[in-house]
Amino acid sequence: MWDYSEKVKEHFYNPKNAGAVTDANAIGDVGSLSCGDALRLTLKVDPATDVILDAGFQTFGCGSAIASSSALTEMVKGLTLDDALKISNQDIADYLDGLPPEKMHCSVMGKEALQAAVANYRGEELEDDHEEGALVCKCFAVDEVMVRDTIRANRLSSVEDVTNYTKAGGGCSACHERIEQLLDEELTARGEVFAPAPIKAKSGKKSQIVTLESPKSAVPAEVETPAAPATGKLTNLQRIRRIETVLESIRPTLQRDHGDVELLDVEGKNVYVKLTGACTGCQMASMTLGGIQQRLIEELGEFVKVIPVSAQAHAL
Amino acid sequence: MVNVYLDNNATTRVDDEVVQAMLPFFTEQFGNPSSLHSFGNQVGLALKNARKSVQNLLGAEHDSEIVFTSCGTEADSTAIFSALKAQPERKTIITTVVEHPAVLTLCDHLVSEGYTVHKLTVDKRGRLDLKQYADLLGDDVAIVSVMWANNETGTLFPIEEMARMADEAGVMFHTDAVQAVGKVPIDLKNSSIHMLSLSGHKLHAPKGVGVLYLRRGTRFRPLLRGGHQERGRRAGTENAASIVGMGVAADRALMFMEHENTEVKRLRDRLEAGILAAVPHSFVTGDPENRLPNTANIAFEFIEGEAILLLMNKVGIAASSGSACTSGSLEPSHVMRAMDIPYTAAHGTVRFSLSRYTTEEEIDYVIREVPPIVAQLRKLSPYWSGNGPVQDSGKEFAPVYA
Repeated sequence: MWDYSEKVKEHFYNPKNAGAVTDANAIGDVGSLSCGDALRLTLKVDPATDVILDAGFQTFGCGSAIASSSALTEMVKGLTLDDALKISNQDIADYLDGLPPEKMHCSVMGKEALQAAVANYRGEELEDDHEEGALVCKCFAVDEVMVRDTIRANRLSSVEDVTNYTKAGGGCSACHERIEQLLDEELTARGEVFAPAPIKAKSGKKSQIVTLESPKSAVPAEVETPAAPATGKLTNLQRIRRIETVLESIRPTLQRDHGDVELLDVEGKNVYVKLTGACTGCQMASMTLGGIQQRLIEELGEFVKVIPVSAQAHAL
Repeated sequence: MVNVYLDNNATTRVDDEVVQAMLPFFTEQFGNPSSLHSFGNQVGLALKNARKSVQNLLGAEHDSEIVFTSCGTEADSTAIFSALKAQPERKTIITTVVEHPAVLTLCDHLVSEGYTVHKLTVDKRGRLDLKQYADLLGDDVAIVSVMWANNETGTLFPIEEMARMADEAGVMFHTDAVQAVGKVPIDLKNSSIHMLSLSGHKLHAPKGVGVLYLRRGTRFRPLLRGGHQERGRRAGTENAASIVGMGVAADRALMFMEHENTEVKRLRDRLEAGILAAVPHSFVTGDPENRLPNTANIAFEFIEGEAILLLMNKVGIAASSGSACTSGSLEPSHVMRAMDIPYTAAHGTVRFSLSRYTTEEEIDYVIREVPPIVAQLRKLSPYWSGNGPVQDSGKEFAPVYA
C-alpha cells in the first residue's frame, strides 16, 4: 500500500467540495481513462471580480487523485482566476504534505483541470501539451516521455547526462538499466551507437548520488574562523558557525527541490537538524542527510552525526 | 477491529502445523543436509520426506522429479532458460498474453535478446483459442509456457490438453501452476507436462520456497551451478526449514483439497452472488464456469480500484485490484485489457480470493460492507449521476485534455 500522508488520507476519507457546483460557469474536464484518472472541476466565478466563489470536483481515480481534487477546490476558493492559475502542481502536493512519486501526476491533473476550467470560462482554447509516460525513476518521479524528450532535445548520450538534465537515475540507481535502454533506442534512432560508461565502482558516481553540488570552495572564506588553530579543537561557537556555513551552502540545492534544512542544536558529535518543505517524507531524505553529514565531516575535520528531528518530536 | 483477509492469491497465512514442523530446523536441527555427521543427516532425511510429500501432491512418478527452488519465479525462469539452453537451435517461445509477470517480463526480455515470442490471445471471458495454439506449434519452438490458473480471474486453462498437443509436436511444455496447486487435483504422471512451477506461500507454506517439477528424462540445464544440491540441478544450500514447511503444507493441501472445492467454493459463490445482487453495474470477469474455487474477480464500473481498496481496508477487508494505480503503472491490469474489459470497468476490478480459513461470518460482513463503499465512490465519479451512469447526450464526461 502507498505511504500516504495523514493529510492525503484526510482528504480522501472526507473529501471537501465533492460534487458539481450547481450554477457553475467554469468547467474543466481532464484526465486519461487509460491511466485511471479523470477529473471534472466546476467553478462558480464572480464575473465582476473574477473571484472564485465556489468550487466542486467529481473524480474517477485513486485515493491521491481524490485527495488532490479535494485539496485543489479548497485552495482556489476565494482566489481570483489569475491568482488561482499561479498554483503549481507542487503547491497541491505541498498542501497535502507530499505525494508518493508515482502519484505526483495526480497533482498535475489538478493543475490541468484548473487551467481547463479557466480556459472554459474565458472562452479560450486550451492546448494539450502534456503527455505522460511510464515512470522510469521512482526516486525523483521522472517518466519515460520526459527522459526521451530530454535525450532528444539535448542530444544526450550517457546515463550521467540524463541524471544531470532530468535527475532520473540520481537516486537508488535501480532505473539505470531502463535509462540505458532508452538511450540505446534514442541513439539508434539518430544513427549513433550507445556506449555505456566504463565500469568503476568508485568513480565520480558518489557526487552524482548526493546532489549537493557546491564544492568546498563554495564556503565563503571570510566566514572561516581564523582563530581556530590548524590542529587544535574548535570552540563551540566556531563549530556551530562552521556547521551553519555548510548548511547555508547546501540550502540552495534543497530549495530548488522545494525543501529546506534548519539547524536545531549541536550536542557533542550530534548535529540535530530539521528537514522541511518537500524534504519532509521524501524518499531521498536519508540520502540528503547522509550528504549533509559527509560535508560536515569534511569541513569540521571530525566525525559528526546528523540526526533528523521530526516536526512533532521537536514540538515536544 | 474486524479483519477479513480475502487476498489469498497474493499470499496465504502459514498453517500452524507448518510452523510447528519448521521450528526445530532453526534450532537443534541446524545441520547442513549435505554433511555426513548426524547433525546433517537428520536434516537430509527431513528434506527427503518433504520431497515425497510434494511428489504426492503433484502426482509425480518419482520424488527425484521435485527440485526445490527459492520461489515460483525462480522455477519459471529456470524452466524457460533451461529449454533455451538445452535446445539452442530452437528460438521460439509460446506463451499467453495473461501470464504472470514472472513469465511475461522474462519473455519480453528474451525478445530483446533475439528470441521470438508468440503470446496466445484470449477472448472476453479469458479463454484461449486452441486452434491458434496448434498452428504455432512447430520445430522452432523451444518451450510452451502457459499458466494453469490465472492469478487475477482464477480462469483455468486446458493445460493437460495443451501439454498433449505440445508433446505430439515434439515441443517441451511448462506450466506456471502457482495458483492451481492445492486448489485443483493434479496428476502429473498421467500427463504430458514436462515442467511445472509452484510457490510455497500460495498454499500456506512460508515465503521463500518454491518447486520446479522436472519430468524424468527432460533435457535440462541448471540456472544456478555450484554444489550438488538437488542433484546438481539447483545448487545452493537448501532452505531446510522452509522445505520442511513446504512438505507439511503439501500434505495439508491434499487433505483440504475437497474442502477447497466444496466449502470454499460455496463461500465464494455466496460472496459473489451477494455483491452482484446489491451493486448495480458490476460483473464477474473471466470464465465463471471454469475457474479456481476460491477466486472472484468483480468489476465495479465507473470507479477506481485503489479507492475501493483503501475504503475496504478502513473497515478491515483486504483484497486486491487490477487498477493502474495499485501497481504504480500507467495501464490497468494486462489481464483485464487482454479480455477487452473497458477502461471504466478494468480500473474498478477487485479480486477477492478466499482460503480454507475464510468463514461464513466474514463473507456476510463483506457482502454488507462493500455496496455502500461502491455507492460512496460513485457519488464522486464524473461518470455517475444519481442512480446510474451519465447518459444524457452532450452531458457525458469525455475529457479530451491530457
